[in-house]
Amino acid sequence: MSNATSTVTNLRQHLIDPEICIRCNTCEETCPVNAISHDSRNYVVDAAKCKFCYNCISPCPTGAIDNWRHVPADAAYPLADQLLWDTLPAQVALDEGQKVGAGDTATPLPDDVERIAAAATSGQGGVAPPPWSAAHPYINLYSIQKPAVATVSGNFRLTAEDASSDIRHIVLDFGNASFPVLEGQTIGVLAPGLDANGKPHHVRLYSVASPRDGERPRYNNLSLTVKRVCSDHDGAPVLGVASNFLCDLKKGDKVNIVGPYGTSFLMPNHPGSNLLMICTGTGSAPMRAMTERRRRKSSPKEDGKVMLFFGARTPAELPYFGPLTRLPKEFIDINLAFSRVAEQPRQYVQDLIRARSDEVVRLLRDDNTYLYLCGLKGMESGVDEAFADICKNHGLDWKTLHDELLRQGRYHIETY
Amino acid sequence: MSIDYNQKIPNNVNLGENKTLQRALEHWQPEFINWWKDMGPDDSQSFDVYLRTAVSVDPGGWAHFDYVKMPDYRWGIFLNPAEEGRKVNFGAHKGEAAWQEVPGEYRSNLRRLIVTQGDTEPASVEQQRHLGLTCPSLYDMRNLFQVNVEEGRHLWAMVYLLHAYFGRDGREEAEALLERRSGDADNPRILGAFNESTPDWLSFFMFTYFTDRDGKYQLCSLAESGFDPLARTCKFMLTEEAHHMFVGESGVGRVIQRTCEVMNQLKTDDVAKIRAAGVIDLPTIQRYLNFHFSVTMDLFGADVSSNAATFYNTGLKGRYEETKQDDDHQLSDATYPVLEVGDGKILTIQAPYLNALNERLRDDYVRDAVSGIERWNKIIQKQGIPFTLAAPHKAFNRKIGPLSAAKISPAGKVLSEGEWTHHHKEWLPSVEDRAFVSSLMGRVDQPGKYANWIAPPARGINNQPIDFEYVRFN
Repeated sequence: MSNATSTVTNLRQHLIDPEICIRCNTCEETCPVNAISHDSRNYVVDAAKCKFCYNCISPCPTGAIDNWRHVPADAAYPLADQLLWDTLPAQVALDEGQKVGAGDTATPLPDDVERIAAAATSGQGGVAPPPWSAAHPYINLYSIQKPAVATVSGNFRLTAEDASSDIRHIVLDFGNASFPVLEGQTIGVLAPGLDANGKPHHVRLYSVASPRDGERPRYNNLSLTVKRVCSDHDGAPVLGVASNFLCDLKKGDKVNIVGPYGTSFLMPNHPGSNLLMICTGTGSAPMRAMTERRRRKSSPKEDGKVMLFFGARTPAELPYFGPLTRLPKEFIDINLAFSRVAEQPRQYVQDLIRARSDEVVRLLRDDNTYLYLCGLKGMESGVDEAFADICKNHGLDWKTLHDELLRQGRYHIETY
Repeated sequence: MSIDYNQKIPNNVNLGENKTLQRALEHWQPEFINWWKDMGPDDSQSFDVYLRTAVSVDPGGWAHFDYVKMPDYRWGIFLNPAEEGRKVNFGAHKGEAAWQEVPGEYRSNLRRLIVTQGDTEPASVEQQRHLGLTCPSLYDMRNLFQVNVEEGRHLWAMVYLLHAYFGRDGREEAEALLERRSGDADNPRILGAFNESTPDWLSFFMFTYFTDRDGKYQLCSLAESGFDPLARTCKFMLTEEAHHMFVGESGVGRVIQRTCEVMNQLKTDDVAKIRAAGVIDLPTIQRYLNFHFSVTMDLFGADVSSNAATFYNTGLKGRYEETKQDDDHQLSDATYPVLEVGDGKILTIQAPYLNALNERLRDDYVRDAVSGIERWNKIIQKQGIPFTLAAPHKAFNRKIGPLSAAKISPAGKVLSEGEWTHHHKEWLPSVEDRAFVSSLMGRVDQPGKYANWIAPPARGINNQPIDFEYVRFN
């Protein structure tokens, strides 16, 4: 019944622009897998060897190295052709029929998705590699032209009725459509209608809040944590298009979904791996997914420590506050910071990181610890300073450690 | 291998653990800053420049971009990571473990190599110090300053070696590096090309293309050195050096592009008309090319040199891509062709390979330089203009070595004194040529605006647009 063999997967082929390249040899020198070579005319990349580590990108003085073409995987430009080029070939439009492959990593991501992902990961200097033991993600199965249609099977308010923010837990059912996701991945929501300029709304990305087997295991569903946006970053009243659309959905409503996306912010799967998670507000979605994954696994004892730092204004505004506090202490070490509780000093996640420095440093010293940071951009610098300080007090160099963590796929940041 | 920026002198060599060295360098640091303020880019110390700074030496970290005032640039000491079990790969000591300390018997030769290399770095900053006043765009101004601060860092790299491994002599040499001045009659820089002036931007682009490329080849051969700290230092410098050659190649390319566009608009190859339109005619570009190519040929030293043999034999300086050469890496019985003038002709003779190593490096360089000229020719061809730029013969206009005794044309013909006098203006930029090029220079300092004589670049720095505000004046 399988017709998988007829699906041609695509390749995002790495190429060097011979018109801009100055043949300085920096890329060839840098490449850890010897994918780059040259003759007297051109520098070229062997598609069979390139592992997309991007080590060659920033040292290139010209930008010639940063060129990509989407090609069918069985028709990558061979070295012999590349050596003869004077100019890069134009992108050849791929046959639509070839585009949707199973786990297609080659079709270009929508521009909106690239843009949002770049902004969200800028705090770590771009996309980091995933943990070595992460499961292989499927990405980009559904495009804007061909979205998946999901049905709303639940929409619950997570924050107290009198809380100032309306955060919701929304469950989407994919029926018979294949929509595999991993914890930490995001999906795109296409809000219906047109914007003020008569164009379709931009794609809005949401982290999946449920583990890989679904909000309700063995049913084809997933959940999102969505905050109703009523003001912009500066506090001016603005109604967020996608968030209001999502928060107003009723059971049975249909939603167009694209994705999934994300190949980096993924959880480790090897026994003994620790999760150190830091989040604010709806940045808790991927943390909930990872925590649930750990909780549901049959032998949680195999797993390392799970430590969570979670910030919100008040307990009433902390999504999943109730369920969180009921989790067993030996399973997860929860640290909640509230910044607006009457008659209490304002407390932020970084304050708790400092207060728990002994345990945090113990985890930082462990090669099996993976760090995740998700939430408002503002917390990035505070958290970074806290790490730097506690490291210093314990004789560690945060800068060195930070770079090592990034390189090893052990530090993941998504902030907005 | 990240860099500790909390220290006064950023470094990845654990400077904090060697207090004596740290103190010595901290003593040299203010003298360097004084030199920079004195002899660094003119009238630009308060600008915010969009510069690249190394934050670590691994591929992800060494190209960090942000606005920096040049005197606040974090000059420091960065070495490539050590290679486990590295050996001396050539010469009499081939196969021995690479040296982590200076071998006593080679001390003075090694110091001489480091001082000669180190001297070129501040020299080029001095040569280029006025160019900011006449930059053709903010993009170019930024590129100039990037080159300048990195030449400054390369000076630091060499000074570190002098301080760390050569004791008092090294410290004195480090001071002298800040005392010599490019073009100074009494206390000039060591190498000739570094005492020439860089009066205009075409000269600057030619210099970064041709002369900085000599730097690349010298660094490549020093990166093969059996003295491991020198090899690791030079390896990291090479990554930065690539930007300098990019500035040269793309700079000259953009000048050519613009000239060809105007020639096509005016449908003319008449030099007077082309100059009247405010762009640099191709024959003038060829003459600049001849000049910078030939001056750079001399930087490789005498064609037959016993010093070169000694440096190689003692494991101090290898060949370009030494470890990729398929031979015994000792070269005692091998020969290599060098040029000589005899019977009114250029003759090729076989010299002992060890003595001909300068010539070997020069030949490696020529191959590389010529391929870039071919890429410039592609720009001309693409515009459909029947003109071809060419590298002159490597014996043309030499001032060093046996070939300097003869007069040789760009085509490689041996000339009489009279013929040379009659024709040399066709081959080298005349006073009038230089005056014309100078007349085009004037500062363009609006984002996205480019002087008439140069095309905008194909893409900006660090993926920024070409109308990005690469320099902010304060």
